[in-house]
Amino acid sequence: MKKAGIIMIIGSLLLLGLFKFPLWNIMLGAPQYPDPLGMDIYIEGIKGVQEFDIQNIDGLNHYIGMKIIPKPKDMWEFQVFPMVIGIMVAIGVIIGLLGFFGKVSYKWFIGWFLVMSVLGIMGMYDFNSWLMEYGTDLNPKAIMKLLNPDGTPMTYKPPLIGYQKMLNFDVDSWPSTGAYMMFVGMMMTIVAFFVGKKEYKKMKAEKKSSLKTVTA
Amino acid sequence: MKKTINILVSLIMVAGLVSCNNGGNKRGNKGKGGLATNAAEKVYVAPGDHDEFYAFMSGGFSGQLAVYGLPSGRLFKVIPVFSQDPEKAYGYNEESKAMLETSYGFVPWGDAHHPDISQTNGELDGRWVFINENNTPRIARIDLTTFETAEILEIPNSAGNHSSSFVTENTEYVVAGTRFSVPVPQRDMPIKDYKGNFKGALSFITVDPKSGSMSIKFQLMMPGFDYDLSHPGRDKSHGWFFFTTYNTEEANTLLEVNASQNDKDFIAAVNWKKIEEYVNNGGGTKVPANYAHNVYNDETHSATSTMLKEVLTVNPLDVPGAVFFLPTPKSPHGCDVDPTGEYIVGNGKLSADLTVHSFTKMLAAIENKKFDGEAYGIPILKFEDVLAGIVKQPGLGPLHTEFDGKGNAYTSFFISSEVVKWKLGTWEVEDRQPVFYSVGHVMIPGGNSRKPFGKYLVSLNKITKDRYLPTGPEVTQSAQLFDISGDKMELLLDFPTIGEPHYAAGIPADIIAKNSKQIFKLSENKHPYATLTDGDARVERKGNEVHIYMTMIRSHFNPDNIEGVKVGDKVFFHVTNHEQDYDVPHGISMIGANTSELLIMPGQTETFVWYPKQPGIWPFYCPDFCSALHQEMQGYVRVSPAGSGTELKWSLGED
Repeated sequence: MKKAGIIMIIGSLLLLGLFKFPLWNIMLGAPQYPDPLGMDIYIEGIKGVQEFDIQNIDGLNHYIGMKIIPKPKDMWEFQVFPMVIGIMVAIGVIIGLLGFFGKVSYKWFIGWFLVMSVLGIMGMYDFNSWLMEYGTDLNPKAIMKLLNPDGTPMTYKPPLIGYQKMLNFDVDSWPSTGAYMMFVGMMMTIVAFFVGKKEYKKMKAEKKSSLKTVTA
Repeated sequence: MKKTINILVSLIMVAGLVSCNNGGNKRGNKGKGGLATNAAEKVYVAPGDHDEFYAFMSGGFSGQLAVYGLPSGRLFKVIPVFSQDPEKAYGYNEESKAMLETSYGFVPWGDAHHPDISQTNGELDGRWVFINENNTPRIARIDLTTFETAEILEIPNSAGNHSSSFVTENTEYVVAGTRFSVPVPQRDMPIKDYKGNFKGALSFITVDPKSGSMSIKFQLMMPGFDYDLSHPGRDKSHGWFFFTTYNTEEANTLLEVNASQNDKDFIAAVNWKKIEEYVNNGGGTKVPANYAHNVYNDETHSATSTMLKEVLTVNPLDVPGAVFFLPTPKSPHGCDVDPTGEYIVGNGKLSADLTVHSFTKMLAAIENKKFDGEAYGIPILKFEDVLAGIVKQPGLGPLHTEFDGKGNAYTSFFISSEVVKWKLGTWEVEDRQPVFYSVGHVMIPGGNSRKPFGKYLVSLNKITKDRYLPTGPEVTQSAQLFDISGDKMELLLDFPTIGEPHYAAGIPADIIAKNSKQIFKLSENKHPYATLTDGDARVERKGNEVHIYMTMIRSHFNPDNIEGVKVGDKVFFHVTNHEQDYDVPHGISMIGANTSELLIMPGQTETFVWYPKQPGIWPFYCPDFCSALHQEMQGYVRVSPAGSGTELKWSLGED
């Protein structure tokens, strides 16, 4: 399972991109912001696309009573996510190596993928609930308290994924480089699974024929 | 004077002395050629689109520098340089007052003339614009990342700083020549003893290649003529500088007549490299002087003014072979050098012809020592020996010439009110177009450098009369834009200017637009009275001085309630704009303050002083519509009677 092991190792290592590149990106454009303000969401914290974007987004958000964008120390996620990713990369590489030397079954590859997928979905769920809280838990003394056409107070949850018009802002929320690298990496672990399976079958077939020659 | 000129023009036209090939056109359609062509399309810059060129136009007697776009003619900014500007608090706030200090004290006004953009290898590099002040001789440097005046250097021993502020190929020097000769040093003497006793100082100012900082390297003390305009050599003539002179008669009264008697005045050719070498080897004489050097710092957001006490002077006779006179007919005004550096155009303003000298011939004549006498010991070359050619009868009153880099020259004619295109080398007139009216300088972006961008020409006109809707006795000056990309010039646009647009400097927008600063970083703010965090906002009393350390951000001041100020106090508002977002300045103005508003850019600190005169509650507010809650951006100061015991306190957001 040499080939499958290498693919598994590369696939897991691609997740390291999350330490360098943002997972998600939210851009806020408006008539007064032809050059949109933007947030890059990393597993270790939130940074502005331009140097002062976070400060400026906070400045605008204070009109509608939104909390300021959390600093890394304000959310447990920014400590836990890097650890989870780090551990998963390490496990992936170890499985890959063991697979390379034929010490574990190719099924471990899909097992890693499934665990990672569950963790990913949990992460997305957590991210969405943070967006929900961020966009709806508003300061009662907000300068501007706007109502929806049906009379309910307006909230400002940015979309988890896609485009949405919010007041004067055009909001775009999309996965970013880190997420794409993770996606490709995870896909590679599936490839590793199938390649491993093929290699295993081939090996088995070779073993059988060699056995036959021996018995004959 | 204007009347005389008009009568003169009419007479000449009637007499048909001017071979005006567009004469019928000129009378008939008043330059409305645009209707017949696609001129409108050529100058239309759609909403949201950007212009192709910046044009920095002198504000003349407004003392400022205006920034326009070409081809649209839209005004973007007026940069305050030599005059106070209450809109921007320039010369009013405590930080910028020092910029207008001179050896005569604070001077609130200046007469701006000739902007010139810094160069590298003879090409525009777009780092700085230099501009001269004519009345109280000064040179300013404007930083093209902030579009603000960064430095002003006073020029001693000079008066009427007119043959200025032109830069050499690598911005080694910016040059300032005196139009009025004066006694040096200044002294009490009869005016009529001018002749032989006055001096004309030509100042060579070095520019630090990194910081742009200016200092006078040397002053060449020339005979007491009037040094009118100047231009550095280009390419092959790099290392030389050329100055036109008039009043070689050295008349001291009724110059109109008495300075117009000599058939020929001079162009002074100065080998500055030779003099630089002489000075570097210890040559020259240090003389006492007193002149201001004012520098604005983008980190302290403040200017300092230093009085310099000494200047190095050079007697041209001490550096043989460095200065020569080229005879040039009839009080030449503009002195222009073509992009190759070979041709030196003397625009003899009272002549009907245009004289062009040859640099190669000049060097040969110097080499062969073919002199035609001397003036105050300076050799005069023979007119015929240095002459490259004459443009015959191109018009009346030639003033200035620019180049398109394709072998053509464009000369302005004040009296016949036209721009004439002619060919270098053949000296043939190729085209002429009327201008409305009485053009001074013309400008082609890069048109005085080694690499002109010969697409547009701007004619900078002194008189407009009927060109626009009337505005009482005082009407605007104007700029007219020509397309010069074809064989014939085409008038495209006509737009008003601020003050008198003596000269302008144009540059492709992409060279400087990318460097334009958006904000000042608060983290780099080193103003001694800056308030960098909201926690530092406070009020301090020192005797009868009250210092308010205030911050501003959309949409409040911190603090916005202040008590304990008393009649008789001197109250300093030190206000820091905490925004770090593009195009979010805030202002502050106090009822009854005897000064201007402040207009503070993001990250900047500025200060104004208020003398409260009457007990009461006095409001202040932000005069720049900054945000949806701009109207809420206000505060109060409680003023108690002198000697009362009201405690000093301040707050924000407390009930």
